[in-house]
Amino acid sequence: MRLYENKPEKIEIMEYILMLIGAVLVNNIILVQFLGICPFLGVSSKVNTALGMGVAVIFVMALATLVTSALQKYVLVPLDITFLQTIVFILVIAALVQMVEIMLKKLSPSLYRALGVYLPLITTNCAVLGIAIKVTEQPLIAAHGFSVIDSTIYSVFIAIGFTVAIVIFAGLREQLELVEIPKGMKGVPIALITAGILAMAFMGFSNLV
Amino acid sequence: MSKIKILTKGFFKENPSLILVLGMCPTLAVTTSVNNALGMGAATTFVLLMSNIIISLLKNVIPDKVRIPCYIVIIATFVSMVDLIIQGFVPALSESLGVFIPLIVVNCIVLGRAEAFANKNGVFDSILDGLGMGIGFTISLVLIAAVREVLGAGSFMGHQFIPADYNILIFVLAPGAFLVLGFIMALMRHIINRVEAKRKNKMCAAK
Repeated sequence: MRLYENKPEKIEIMEYILMLIGAVLVNNIILVQFLGICPFLGVSSKVNTALGMGVAVIFVMALATLVTSALQKYVLVPLDITFLQTIVFILVIAALVQMVEIMLKKLSPSLYRALGVYLPLITTNCAVLGIAIKVTEQPLIAAHGFSVIDSTIYSVFIAIGFTVAIVIFAGLREQLELVEIPKGMKGVPIALITAGILAMAFMGFSNLV
Repeated sequence: MSKIKILTKGFFKENPSLILVLGMCPTLAVTTSVNNALGMGAATTFVLLMSNIIISLLKNVIPDKVRIPCYIVIIATFVSMVDLIIQGFVPALSESLGVFIPLIVVNCIVLGRAEAFANKNGVFDSILDGLGMGIGFTISLVLIAAVREVLGAGSFMGHQFIPADYNILIFVLAPGAFLVLGFIMALMRHIINRVEAKRKNKMCAAK
């Protein structure tokens, strides 16, 4: 672990780039960590909707991780109530997304029309809560004191990985529509098998970082 | 619906992960071994059962507009309980399930059953439904885990019976999860389609 000895106070640009590659390719949230499968299977039939979903996820994840990592660092850990993590996090995320939806409806109806449909889907979803909890396990973030900014940046990278995976998958599924598929496989089963092959492709990145 | 039907519909006909396609994340992630699958299934069944009971008891008290946050609080409480119990009594399971125990709170099955069943039916029916769905979920988890563990690690519940040279490693890695789940789902749908077709033939022939 020589990389993390004698660490400077702040993370350098190179380490951020490594974090990005790690989050998008090596530990892709859908294809390796299995978080966010439900929206992955549900919203990926067209590339446009997939892109919209991806952008919404980047937005929600950044916001949620910003607030939850701050809560974890400045409230839960000092008061020694980390056993309340699950309850606090999920309530914060649900409330936050609800607020964002209301604000978006008021302030920017066009943006609401583009993204608003996906927001409820993302709230009660493994991806956001999972990353909020898992961000503390990232060794780079742990080594630099669980900074709130670093956690948020990491979650944006993870969400970019989500977007990459879902857009590629949507492209594949659009092609699948044109092919004849056995009756039992139509819909979710063939999508899962395609996702499995895509996951196999991503395995090629496994020791990159 | 008869009481027995409420209990058993979750096993096969409305199996939450194979037919209703809910709760995919834990299904893919924890099925690397049968022990993990059993542990996850037990934890989810406990949360499902207890939250169904409480939500069914409180269904006339919780205002309709805030029902989703209320359900989330109730479910999150039981999930925290289960998390602490597993950390205390079966720490090995807690290590291997990792972040997926807290993620039971956003498991679509739990919130879905609360929304679809517990807030409309009585306590006893909700208990049966919770048990049925939970056991169905556990059955599907164990089925997938059995295939993945036997083919991928040559063991069953930790007892190795195929030598390591003959293990197909991909089954315990990420792609194997997708592939096994996809094929098992396709198989189930195929069987159900066949049974439906036979029943239709019989009805036509009887006419």
